[in-house]
This record gives sequence, C-alpha cells and structure tokens, in this order.
Amino acid sequence: MSELTALAAPPLPTAAEKLKFYGSWVVAAAVLLLLPNMFTSGGSLTTFSLIGISIIFSLSYNILLGQTGMLSFGHAVYYGLGGFLVIHAINIIGANKLPVPLPVVPLIGGLTGLLFAVLLGWVSTQRSGTAFAMISLGVAELIASSALILRTFFGGEAGVSANRTKLLKLFGWNFGPQIQIYYLVAAWTLIAVIAMYALTRTPLGRMCNAVRDNPERVQFVGYNPHVVRYVAFCFSGFFAGIAGALAAINFEIANSAYLGAQQSGTVLFATYIGGVGFFIGPIVGAIFVTLLSLGLSDLTQVWQLYFGLIFIAVVVFAPGGITGLLMMHRPLLKAGSLAKVLPSYLIALVPTAAMIAGLVISIETIVHYTVNPGDDSHIKAFGVSFDAASPYIWAMAAILLIGGYIVGRKTWSWVGHAWDSATGVAREKGIAA
Amino acid sequence: MLELIVISTLNGVLFGMLLFLMASGLTVIFSMLGVLNFAHASFYMLGAFFGFQISRWFGFWPALLIAPLLAGAIGAGVERYGLRRVHKNGHVAELLFTFGLAFVIEEVVQIVWGKGPVDFRIPPVLDFPAFTLFSTNYPAYKMFMLLVSIVIFLGLLLVLKKTRIGLIVQAALTHPHMVGHLGHNVGRIFMLVFGVGTALAAVAGVIAGPALVTQANMAGLLGPILFVVVVVGGLGSLPGAFVGSLLIGLVQTFAVSINGSLSGAFGPLSPDYASTWLADIWGVTVAQVAPIVPYVLLVLILIFRPMGLLGTRDT
Repeated sequence: MSELTALAAPPLPTAAEKLKFYGSWVVAAAVLLLLPNMFTSGGSLTTFSLIGISIIFSLSYNILLGQTGMLSFGHAVYYGLGGFLVIHAINIIGANKLPVPLPVVPLIGGLTGLLFAVLLGWVSTQRSGTAFAMISLGVAELIASSALILRTFFGGEAGVSANRTKLLKLFGWNFGPQIQIYYLVAAWTLIAVIAMYALTRTPLGRMCNAVRDNPERVQFVGYNPHVVRYVAFCFSGFFAGIAGALAAINFEIANSAYLGAQQSGTVLFATYIGGVGFFIGPIVGAIFVTLLSLGLSDLTQVWQLYFGLIFIAVVVFAPGGITGLLMMHRPLLKAGSLAKVLPSYLIALVPTAAMIAGLVISIETIVHYTVNPGDDSHIKAFGVSFDAASPYIWAMAAILLIGGYIVGRKTWSWVGHAWDSATGVAREKGIAA
Repeated sequence: MLELIVISTLNGVLFGMLLFLMASGLTVIFSMLGVLNFAHASFYMLGAFFGFQISRWFGFWPALLIAPLLAGAIGAGVERYGLRRVHKNGHVAELLFTFGLAFVIEEVVQIVWGKGPVDFRIPPVLDFPAFTLFSTNYPAYKMFMLLVSIVIFLGLLLVLKKTRIGLIVQAALTHPHMVGHLGHNVGRIFMLVFGVGTALAAVAGVIAGPALVTQANMAGLLGPILFVVVVVGGLGSLPGAFVGSLLIGLVQTFAVSINGSLSGAFGPLSPDYASTWLADIWGVTVAQVAPIVPYVLLVLILIFRPMGLLGTRDT
C-alpha cells in the first residue's frame, strides 16, 4: 500500500525547490517593504496602495473564474458591502473609543463579505455556467438598487465617510499619512496573497478545479459540485470584503459606486487580461489595469474605449491573458528554440504597431469632431500633437490602418510558421508544448 | 382604481411586448449558439440612436426600416468576424467577448452622440391621443408601438412555424448538432439568426426611442432586466421568454403606478426610529422599489424553480 502511494504521489520537493519557493515569498515581502524608498512621491504611494487593493480583489475573483469556473458579473457586491461595513465600523469604534486598532479593521470587511456570500451564495451557486453569470448579475443589480433605497445606511448618492485617524494608535501610528496606509495595504496584500495561494494547494482548491473541469465526474467521486462551488464562493466573498475594506480605509469613504456594475466589470477586466490560468495572472492583471487606467486617463479623453478594445483584443487573440501568453514560451525557452520565433515577432511588430497607430489617430480625430467640435483642431493624444483637421493626417491614418493590416496579415502568418517550427523542436526534445 | 388597472395593463403589455422583441432574439441566439449575448441590449440602443440619426436625415418611416437593417448587419458582422473566432476558446470567452462589445458600444455611442439624452421625437403623424379612457388620453404612438410589436410577433411565429428556415431554426433550438449533421450550413444559419435577432432588438430600439429616453445609458438600464426575463422564463425557451416578458412588463408597470408604502398602510413610524434604517423601509413607496422588483422575482424563481418558468434545459 505504501509503495502504491509512493508511486502515485509526486516526489517530495528538493531543497533547491523549497528554497526557490520560500525565497520568492521573501523577495516579494522585501520588495513591498522597499518600494516606498525607491518611489518616494505621494502619488506613487497612492498608486501602490490601489494596486495592492486591486491585487486582493482580482485574486479573490479568480477563485471564482479561474479556479472554479464561475463567471461572475456581480463580484463588487462583496467588495462594496465590506467597504460600507468598515466605514460604519470605523465611525462606531471612533465614537465609542473602542480598543480596536486600524490594522485589524479590514477583517471586519472580510467577515462582512463572507456573511453576505454565505447568505446569497447558496442560491447563486445552484447552477454554473451562463445561468450563474446571469444570476450574479441579477443579485448585483438587486443589492446595488437596494443600496440607493436604504439611504441611512448607504448614504444615498453621496456615500458615507469616516475618519481613520481617530482609532486606537498602534506604535504611535495614526494612519494619517499615505505611507502608513501603504504599509497597511502591503501587509494585508501579502497575507491575503499567501492565504489564497495556500487555498489553491488544499484538497478544496483541487476539488474546485475538478468542479470547473468536469462537474459530472465530481459527482461520481461522491462530492456535491454545488457545495464545492458554494464554499469557493464564500472564500471569494471573504477576500473581496477585505479588498473593499482596504479601499474604504484608503479613500475614507464608501459610496454606491463600490457596489456597482462598473466595479464588477473592472475586476473582471483585470483578472481576465492578466490571465485566469495561472495564480500569478490576476496579480499581473491588477498591476497592468490599475496602471493603465491611471496612465491612459492622462493621455486621452476616451481611455475607456481603449480599455474595452484592449479587453476584446485579449479575449479574441490571447484567451490566456498576459501570463498565458508569456507562459506559452516556457517550453521554447527550455528547448532553446526561442530564437526561432523572436525575429518573426520583431518583423510583425512593425506593421501591427503601424495599424494600431492608424487606429488611434482615426479614433482621436473622430473624437475631436464629435465630442469637442468647436475646439482647436491641433489636438494632443498620447503625448503627440497633430492637426485633426488636416487631410494629410486623415490620409496617413488610413494608410497606416489599411497598409498595416495588409502587410501585417503576411507577417502574422510568418509568426505562425515560426511558432510551429519552434514548438516542433521543443516537442522533439520531449518538452510538452 | 379601474382606470389604474386598465391603463397599467395596457402599458404593461406594451412594455412586455417590447421586452419580448429583444428577449426572443436573445433566446434564439442562446439556444443555437450557446452564448448569451451580453451586448443584445446594446443593439437595442444602437437601433434607437440609428433611428434618431436617420429620422433626422430622412424622416421616421425610413428610419424604422433602415436602422434595424443597419444594426442587423453589424450584428451579423459581429457573429461572423468576432464570435466565430472566439468560439474555439469556449463559452466563457464568448460571453466575455459580448461583454467587452457592450462596453465598447456604450463608449462609442457616448463619443458620437454624447452622454445626455438626444431629442428623438414622436413623428407628428402619430402625435395625437388615440382614445380617452376614463379621463386619461392614451397616446396613439403607444398604440402604434403595440401594433408593431404584435405584428412582428405574429410574423415571427409564422416564419418559425410555417417556413423551411423556421423549421431549421426550431430544430437547432433543441438539437443544434443534428442540424449540422443533416448538411445545413450551420455557420450561415448562425450568422442569419444573430443578424435577425439583433435587428429585432434594434426595431424595439427605434420604436421605444421616442417614447422613452434615448440616452447612452439605456442599454445598461435595460440589459439586466432582459437577462432577468430570459432566466425567469427559462433559458432557451421561446414560450418562456414570451411569458417572462409579459410577466416582468406587467409587474414592473403595476409597481411603478402604486404609490403606497408601509407608512401609508400602517400609519407613520414612531419618531424614535426616525433616523434609523427602518425609516427608509417604512417610508419607501412601491413605486420607488419598482426597479428592484424584477430582481426579487429572479431570486424567488431561482429558489423555487431553478430552471425557470417554462425551461427544461439545464445549462
């Protein structure tokens, strides 16, 4: 019997693997600790805090989408309710001088998220697939609309605010300055990321994957897929509540936008663009999307349109997201045939970039004529100035767009051929591609 | 009281028929392609805005014809060049594709027509009271809306029951693979169905645009209700979609017209509770909770009949 288990179980990790595994967490903690020393401005600290919150939220979303295969359109409900409860908790703690320091307050948000996931999850997770997606949307609309009716608790359109500095001081920190909030968010991010990673390694995490891949077989093994989905849903709600709590602490306000469809959409975008197939995917996505939404809004007026187009492009061309795209190259790197594809990428990059540039110029020109027709036609987008009224610019945009597409088609098929031959090499060397 | 009931029933049936114009396309698309088109309400919005723009250039009647054709062509293009590519990545990717599309369409509409409502007016020919019921003038345009949706409903019924293409569509509702095995060009049928479905949504948009508000958020407001309709009726069931549409239409219209609240029924709340959340629940009128009624209905249906009223298929 013990021989059989020895055969079936994977080999125990070697010392080098253990070092690599624990080392990466230590490095992550060190980076979080040192980041404020490298980027000292207040703006970058706020950005890092937002990224941390987004990482927790996206990872909690990936417990549903990536690990259990449930596409939710209403994940912001648990995030928002966590945020609202925390704002009220801070006000109550502050008013009654209760001995509760700020660092443990996010736990209240997490428990709120958990409570509502327990309440709403049983009905929501009865079915998976498209039906679950629609139910999550309906439940989200229900909560978001109710929030506007229960004005005393949710504060109507304006929301509820709180003062985070009125709580019990811990080691002389009052959590007024952004740097202290950054460390609070960073600590919670690290804890939540480790906890969620550990969750994927538990038998429950494995059953979630099984429910995602083949619910029928899960039933044959003797598990109830509904219960597995429900438990995963509850965990997801808990971590979403923590993210919402940190957001509420960061902004010192919670309003109805926290619960809304926009928030649910953003976390879906971040998770999917990062890649749902790998644990690290949502982290990459959260960083990418937060930076993108902060950066693009400075560069162009219609950044949300670009945002949507990027999302569609990822869905159509890279369903594995950014991490999926990068991980595809790992077998090639191992087989040493990466050099075969890189030149074709460089060649394909030129017409593709030209096509995108043409598209951007066209969009910005149209925006000039429809959104602000009376303004000066010399517009600036993405740091480049051009004259939107000039026919030369129109011609250039058309040439870039159409020419880029025609030339691009050719180079994309080259990329395909190079990819095939490179993976062929990897396969010959016995590395699964 | 009788007046309220009659007028609300008329309005409710009207709203229900409008919902069915959209829900029918959504249901047929879902049954055949297996993808719930998240952007379906966006095509309704496109229909309204195209209708507005074309009626400015050529008048309302050409708009009623051209706008749905245009939206349908865009829909067919989306299926041919978008969904079909994504199909190999699975249903989640397809749903996400339509989700992204809905997002982009809303942004484009905001860019082209602005965020505020546009001035889409009822054509002068139809701008008169059709009849006076009790003391209320019922506008002729609403009767026209009702007429158009009933005519399309009957037309759809005839096409589905009596024509060859209708038979194929019906067969594909329950046995999509068998239809393919029998040698029908499933790809072309899918494109056609998607185009027709989105065109129907656009018809609803053109006729609803002047009566309701034509604004860039109209898809976001109606979309979730549309999904409630198809889930309540039963995913993939066309009769279910019909029952669901009328049910939601009537329930919501009646809820809007009832002005009662708990405080009206049981007297005002004692002043001790005036600043608590109880006061919110006590003072809210039925009309104010009307927006959440469909979602409450959805949750109830899911608890007591998870496959929907007339649904049979478990997805």
